[in-house]
Order: sequence, then structure tokens, then C-alpha cells
Amino acid sequence: MLGKLTIDAIPWDQPIPLIAGCVVFAVAIALVLWVILKGHLPYLWREWITSVDHKRIGVMYVLLGMVMLVRGFIDAIMMRSQQAIAFDAPGYLPPEHYDQVFSAHGTIMIFFAAMPLMIGLMNFAVPLQLGVRDVAFPTLNSTSFWLTATGALLVNLSLVIGEFARTGWLPYPPLSELRYSPGVGVDYYLWALQISGVGTLLTGINFVTTILKIRAPGMGYLRMPMFCWTSLAANLLIVAAFPVLTATLAMLLLDRYLGFHFFTNTAGGNMMMFINLIWVWGHPEVYILVLPAFGIYSEVISTFSSKPLFGYRSMVMATMAICLISFLVWLHHFFTMGAGGNVNGVFGIATSIIAVATGVKVYNWLFTMYGGRIRFTTPMMWSMGFLITFVIGGMTGVLLAVPPADFLLHNSLFLVAHFHNVIIGGVLFAGFAGITYWFPKAFGFRLHEGWGQAAFWLSFLGFYVVFVPLYAMGLLGMTRRLQHYEVAAWHPWALVAAGGIVIMALAALCQAMQFVVSIRRRDELKDELGDPWNGRSLEWSTASPPPVFNFAVLPNVRGEEPYWQIKRRAIETQQLSPEPRYEAIEMPRNSPTGFITAFFCTITGFALIWHIWWLMGVGIAAAYAVFVWFAWRDVEEYRIPAEEVARLDRERRGAREKWLAEHAPESAPA
Amino acid sequence: MPLAACSGGVLEPQGPVGDADRLIMFNALEIMLVIVVPTVAAALVFAWWFRAANTRARYRPDWAYSGRLELIIWGIPLLVIMFIGGVIWIGSHQLDPYKALASRHKPLEVQVVSLDWKWLFIYPDERIASVNELVVPTGIPVHFSLTSASVMNSFFVPQLGSMIATMNGMVTQLYLEAGHPGDFYGESAQFSGDGFSDMHFTLRAVAADRFQQWIAEARQAGPDLDRAGYIALSEESQKVRPFTYRSVEPGLFQAVVTRELPPEPGPPGSIASPSVRPRGAK
Repeated sequence: MLGKLTIDAIPWDQPIPLIAGCVVFAVAIALVLWVILKGHLPYLWREWITSVDHKRIGVMYVLLGMVMLVRGFIDAIMMRSQQAIAFDAPGYLPPEHYDQVFSAHGTIMIFFAAMPLMIGLMNFAVPLQLGVRDVAFPTLNSTSFWLTATGALLVNLSLVIGEFARTGWLPYPPLSELRYSPGVGVDYYLWALQISGVGTLLTGINFVTTILKIRAPGMGYLRMPMFCWTSLAANLLIVAAFPVLTATLAMLLLDRYLGFHFFTNTAGGNMMMFINLIWVWGHPEVYILVLPAFGIYSEVISTFSSKPLFGYRSMVMATMAICLISFLVWLHHFFTMGAGGNVNGVFGIATSIIAVATGVKVYNWLFTMYGGRIRFTTPMMWSMGFLITFVIGGMTGVLLAVPPADFLLHNSLFLVAHFHNVIIGGVLFAGFAGITYWFPKAFGFRLHEGWGQAAFWLSFLGFYVVFVPLYAMGLLGMTRRLQHYEVAAWHPWALVAAGGIVIMALAALCQAMQFVVSIRRRDELKDELGDPWNGRSLEWSTASPPPVFNFAVLPNVRGEEPYWQIKRRAIETQQLSPEPRYEAIEMPRNSPTGFITAFFCTITGFALIWHIWWLMGVGIAAAYAVFVWFAWRDVEEYRIPAEEVARLDRERRGAREKWLAEHAPESAPA
Repeated sequence: MPLAACSGGVLEPQGPVGDADRLIMFNALEIMLVIVVPTVAAALVFAWWFRAANTRARYRPDWAYSGRLELIIWGIPLLVIMFIGGVIWIGSHQLDPYKALASRHKPLEVQVVSLDWKWLFIYPDERIASVNELVVPTGIPVHFSLTSASVMNSFFVPQLGSMIATMNGMVTQLYLEAGHPGDFYGESAQFSGDGFSDMHFTLRAVAADRFQQWIAEARQAGPDLDRAGYIALSEESQKVRPFTYRSVEPGLFQAVVTRELPPEPGPPGSIASPSVRPRGAK
């Protein structure tokens, strides 16, 4: 009846996951009760859970990313503290638990923290920057989000029911095959990623379509803001790479569930095939994360330098070059499998060529600052921190692309330090830069500067105190994923790194305080104008928060940086553009399709993990039925009457007129 | 007990391969530092000088393109990477782990099998074997042939240089040489399961005559390594103390590689057992 699921699946004898699980469960129950008792449920259901508004979905993605970031960070604290005390001692985490912790840390941070952060910011900003009302397929967008949430839920469920993978964040066979990993851990990993992977692929399709087909009148490709370009590149990579991930994991699933032999030791399986395929997805994945991040930095640095982005066209070229070359470098993840000089040489050189395009970007950002009037707000500080940190991370990356150096450093803590160097310094810093940058647009008030600056400086410092020791430990020969060790030379560095994680915890605390303080003081931080940073692209031309339809009238784009030009014209002529003729707007209706589908996908995933076959049948049938029901809908859209559009837009114009009165014609908008 | 073996890490190599790897690493690092340091400095200087409060800095609100600068912007990274590309190409050929080392001595043959979770070293010509301890003569190249009895591992002695993966059903090769006598830390550099952290060994580099003496001693003591012995050894075990085998059945390594001797069974009752024990409890 319940497949492999028994009462023994709950780790009664393991206090750490049991207590953690109970606490999370209690908090979740309390939160749900609070929502219901306070009567917020109808509001949440109507305005958020069933929303197909790209802005709301974006906010929910970012929220999911932040929650998972905390979960992954707790794993990080456990790993650093374990390695700090496990010198010549067992530490407090036994191997079978420690192995789950690092596997979960990697999986959660990449798939459920970094990805949602980037996709969330894309969701929020790209349609606004393109000057349109929504993405191409709004309901699909909501489905993508909820499928991602399903994956996150399944991974976290493994904390208390059963176990998570003990194989590392990429489950290399044969270790991940049934023979060597008989538990449900790898199955949790596989089904969580299969389900959320579908969501990510749908996002990719949605955004490629949106950017290619739906732009404001006059918004040619070479007038799109840089963030739209990098989002396009990232989503092209998603569309090309995620099917490879799905297929690869499907083969491993066939091995585990139906006794196939794709990657087994026996019967002609070949584990090298898995390692090739997983990195054919895995390396583009790195750029799926970091390209949108590059876009965010481009927006932030240009805005706060009060200058257009330097070398826009070469930025576009560099972005697309990275997009292409990122598919030709996967083998550098296993130079040490003995492919020979020619193969290693070619892939090493291809890898370092990516550094040319990245280098071009760095110089373009430098020259964007050159001749500017730089305001060091929190988003700009994150970008400065990125520039310095990322250059160092890029350097260690090219170093690892040199095969003989990789023969010494592969899989060492030096490698771990390198990819945290680029993912924290590149993606995470961009996440926070983007959140502080677009927060006033999303909610109508700015985030508190002081707490933001504190969070930045502590993160920046904490990062180096954690990861410089990891570089050193790698050079001292320490490999990754050690639960304990006996080499005395590594121990002092492990202690320093553990101290660094305390600093990063303080940074996380400041970040949380920033949200709390800002929400409490939202009246004094209010953004009346909708343009708190003196922005340049179209998202700043509408109100904060934007109305559900984004723009009363779709903007007519006449060049790069359209909003900057509109502002200039307004100041020169001392008047706003004439009031347009308002028309009724049709917007897609909310739909619970995504939520209900994901609900049944969660059930399906859980049933598959535990071999509860009847429940799997129910789940699949129900999830499919929801789609059929959605396809048969009669009414797709609702109308917002012209008077309502006019009323909202006149409010916005009122604020602009006040602003205009304060700006004399001779002064540039500064 | 802390290991007696020192681990100075990859920056204190004790043999020609480690020396050459490190040299390549330093060369690449130096080439990159030549542009990384000025770039970071420029980022800081530009940001500071063009701060909004600095009235002496000239504001150029429309300056967003310069053909000459673009040329430099693309040119500098391109030149550096061409330079590094040369280092990569030459390095990956010169230091290909499969390439024999130049030496007037015939290399010592050692066959390596990674097991869950220990290392088996077979000396086919000497017809002895050891577990979790590798003794090699100094100044003589060692030719390793490596495979795995179960999951993937990576054979790595940081102070001697290059690592190489071990995989079931496949043979990889590696040439190393110890330049100086000493005890060096060796480990697996590829996570292989719960016993991974104890999957390290000591490489003892000794003078050639001491090495012969060790061989002679090893032949006097310890069990014989035949097929039954190998299957017993391949059961999962952790923290295995080093020991030697007085003799090795010929062709044992080939039998592992060709899977004539089956891959390790994995945890007890792994496939058949219907119940699930989370976290390996009890």
C-alpha cells in the first residue's frame, strides 16, 4: 500500500534532522494557521498563488530563492563547523549525514536558491524593460514557478522522511546506482530535479518567445537593455541544455527503477557517458546563472554612474559569444580522467577563450564608470564587490583550465573556493544588487541604505575570510567532501574559515534586518515618482509598484535608453508628452492551473520516490486533468476599462509634473 | 593519530612531475596577474575618482563608445589568452599523465585498485602487494596502471604531482617519480561514499637498496593474495591499517579490469532488500 515507506523512514535516532524537521514543520504550520486565522487566505489565493502576473511571479521566485538560500546556508554552517572540529576526531556529523549535507547544499544552492533568484529577477524586470504587459505565456509562467517550488519541497521533505542523496550534488554513477546507493536519497534528488527541470525548461521557452516576439513598438534588438540580452542568452541556454539534463537523469532513473544498464559497472554500462552528459548541461548551467547576473551589473553600474553602458554592442557580442562557447568546454570538469594531451589541450583553450569575452565585459564596466558621477548606493556596492571578487575568481578559473594545474587542484578545496568565488561573487552579489535595485519598483518603497551597506560589507569580508583559507587548504592538498581528516596543516585554515562563516551569518542577519526595517519605515522610504535611482530603461517610466498592465499605453521606443531620452525631452521642453488616448486593456485572468498541477506533481514525485504506484497513477492523472481543464476554458482575459487606465495613469503623470517643475531646463537630469 | 606523513601540498613538490605541474601553474598565474592586478586597481581608482562628490572629475554623460578603446578592450584579453593557450597546449602534452618520464632507469610497475574504501597496490614484477601503503624507490620512475573495483576514485599524492581517475572496467595510467626520500600523504580525490574520508594512504619513498629490502621483508610475511583473498578484501571496510601480501596471483589485476572478478557488491543486501534504512542507521 505504501511502497517502501514505513515508520522507520523517519530518522528517530538522528536528533539533528529530526529537531530541524520539527522546527521547520512547526513554523510552516504556524504560518499557515496565522494566514488562515487572520483571513489572509483569500487575498493570498487571489493575488499571489493564482496570479499569472509576471511581477508577482517574479517576487515569489525571489522569495523562494531567499528561503532556500537560508536553508543552503545552514548546510554550509554545518559543513564548515564539522571540518573545523573534525581534525583527528569524528566531529558531530557522521559520514552518512555529512554526505547528505554537502549533497543537499550544492543541489539547493544551484537549483533552488541561485536559479530562482535569477529567474525571479528576470520575470520581474524583463517584460517591464521591454515595455510590454506580460510574458508570452502567463499561465505557463505560473506553472513553471510552482513546479520549481515542488522540487524545493521534495528536497526539503527528504530531511525528515527518508534521506537525501549521499553522492554529491551531481550523482556520479556508479556510486549513484542502486547497487552502491540503495536508499531513496538519490531518488529524491532525481525526481525533485526532473519536476523542477520541466519548470525551468518552460521558463526558458517562455522567455525566449517573449524576448524574440513581444517587445514595445520600436524596441529593436539593439535597443534592448543589456539585462534583456543576457536574459535572452541565458534562456537560449536553458532551452538547449535542460533537455540534456532531463534525458541524462531519466537514464539514471531507468537504471535505478527498471534495471537498465546505461551507467552501471555491469552489462555494458558506461559511467563516463553520464559524466560527459551531465557536464554538457552543467557547464552551460553556470552561464545560465551568471549571464543574467552580468545583465544586472550592467544595469546597476550604468544607472549609478549616470552614464549609458560603455561599448553596448561589444557587450552584446561578448554575451552571445559566451552563450555559444559555453557548450564547448564541458570536458574541463574531468581533465583527470585521462583523455590525453590533444583533447585536454583543446578543451583547456576553449575554456580560456570564455575569459576573453568575460574580460571584455569587465573592461566595459570599468569604462562605464569612467567619466561618470558614481553614487555608491547598496546595489552599486554589490557591483563593485563583484568586479573585484569576480576578477579573482575568473583568474583561478583560467588557472584550473590549464590541465597540468588542474592535475594538482582538481576536486580540491581550491576548486571549491574557485566556484564559490564566481557564484557568490557573481550570482549571489547580483541577486542582492538586483533585489535592492528593483525592490522600490516592485513595492513602491526603497530598502534601507544603512542595513544594506552593512550586509554588503559583512558579506564581502566574510566571503574572503571563508574562501581564502579554502584556496590555501586546496594548495595544501586537501580534497573536497572530507568528513574528517588527520593532516595537521589543514586544521588552522579550517578554523579561520569557520570564523568567516560567522561573519557571513552576521551579513545574513543584516540582510534580514534590512527587510524588516524597510517595511516598518516604508512611509519615509516611499518612491512617489516611480524612478528612485534616476533610471534609464523603461521599467522606471511607470509607477512603483506598476499597475497590473505595466504601461497605460505601450511606449514608443526611439533609441537606446528610451526612458532617459523621454526625461531629457521633458526637461528641455519643460512639459510631459501630451496625454495619450486611453483605451481599455485586456489582461490574462488568474489561474490556479500552475498551483494545482504542481500539487499533483508533488504527490507524483513523492509516490515515485517511495514506490507507491497507485498514488503515482492518481497524481499523474490529476495533474494531466488540470491541464485539460485549463485548455477547455471559455474566458481567457478580462478587460480593464479605459477610465480605470486613465485614472491610474493620471496619478502617475501628476507625480511626474511635480518632478518636472523642480528641474530647470538647463540642468541635465541628475 | 595524526599522520606521520607530511603534506606540504602541491606547492612543495618532491618529484619531477610535481615540479613541472607547479611551474606551469605559476607561469599561468603570473601571466594573468599582469592584467588582473592593474584591472582591479583601475576599478578602484575609477570608482573613487568619479564618485559623485568629486567636483574635479569631468562628467561625460554621453561617452559610451570609443573604437580605439574597444580594440584594446578586446585585444588585451585576447593576447593574454593566446599566451595562456600556448601554455595550455604545451603543458597538456608535456605533462600528459600517460607520457613516460625521461629516465635512464626502467620504470617500476605498480598496479593500483581502488576499493571501498582502501587502496590495493600490486607490484606485478615483484609478485607482492600492499594495502594503504605504497613504497617506491627514489629517483626511479613509477608506472602506475589503475582501475577501480567499484565506484570512481582518483589517485593523488599531492607532493608528487598529477592525479588520475580510477574507474571500473577501465585502466588509466600515470607516471610519477619521487625525487627525495620521505613519507608523503596520498588520498582519493574523488568522493566515493561513506568511507571516503579514511581512504588515504602513505607513499613512502626510500632509497633503492631500502626498497629491495622492503620487498624481501614483504615476501616473508602476510597473507597470499589470490582470487578468494581479493573477494574478501573487496568487501566494504573502513580505516584499514596498512599491511602487505607475501604473494599475488598472476593476472589478478587483469581479472579485475576485465570484470572476470566481479565489481564489488556494494552495501550488504543492497538491491534485494526491500526496506529502507535512512542514514545507514543500525
